Amino acid sequence: MVHWTAEEKQLITSIWGKVNVEECGAEALARLLIVYPWTQRFFSSFGNLSSPTAITGNPKVRAHGKKVLTSFGEAIKNLDNIKATYSKLSELHCDKLHVDPENFRLLGDILIIVLAAHFARDFSPACHSAWQKLVGVVAHALARKYH
Amino acid sequence: MVLSANDKTNVKTAFSKFGGHVEEYGGEALDRMFVTYPQTKTYFPHFDLSHGSAQVKAHGKKVAAALVEAVNHIDDIAGALSKLSDLHAQKLRVDPVNFKLLGHCFLVVVAIHHPAVLTPEVHASLDKFLCAVGTVLTAKYR
Repeated sequence: MVHWTAEEKQLITSIWGKVNVEECGAEALARLLIVYPWTQRFFSSFGNLSSPTAITGNPKVRAHGKKVLTSFGEAIKNLDNIKATYSKLSELHCDKLHVDPENFRLLGDILIIVLAAHFARDFSPACHSAWQKLVGVVAHALARKYH
Repeated sequence: MVLSANDKTNVKTAFSKFGGHVEEYGGEALDRMFVTYPQTKTYFPHFDLSHGSAQVKAHGKKVAAALVEAVNHIDDIAGALSKLSDLHAQKLRVDPVNFKLLGHCFLVVVAIHHPAVLTPEVHASLDKFLCAVGTVLTAKYR
């Protein structure tokens, strides 16, 4: 089980409370596909991903980004049991989706940058650190059932 | 990873917008790296690493100056940073994984201070540039 200090929990939940999940999720996924174009390999059914503009405007990217970040919200609601929260999703990503767990790390780092751009000075070093820990824990939980 | 002409333009333009602040950003990136990735502190046992430390600020200026040098010679980053590359290979021997960590923290600092500059395209170019710098600095390790 991951140990979260009271301060870390507070920093995570206070930022999360102000996040527009749809916008932030869409942006994070779009940036992932733009900054690390090889991640597009998982989304051949998404239609036009031919340019940054196409990716940013792609409605499937937006919808999927929202889905992914909504799931993140589940982790935040269950900080003390993220492993269980993501157990089924981990199996899914391994057995059905065949996603290299390195991609979870990449998306986590992109999310951090999106939050930093949005929250600016409120994204203090302590806040950044708590969130970096969170994305690491989520990535680890999603990779946990891989075999 | 090769920097396209577009990447080079994006990087040069971004850095011109950072202006004189880039020195502070170096220090801020280091500070965030030490907080977020405590293992990176092992390379600085001789430093006061507390928040606001003068040594960290000074070191941040050096890091920033090297990045600016790389930007100013973006067609030959290996040439521009050759001496630094020797230094890292022979003396400092910072594990290669740490350049990614510092690069990431630098991007976070840019995002905080210049969110409008960090469009997805510029984000991609800067990320590539920082990777290229890390690659150059570790190129002579073995």
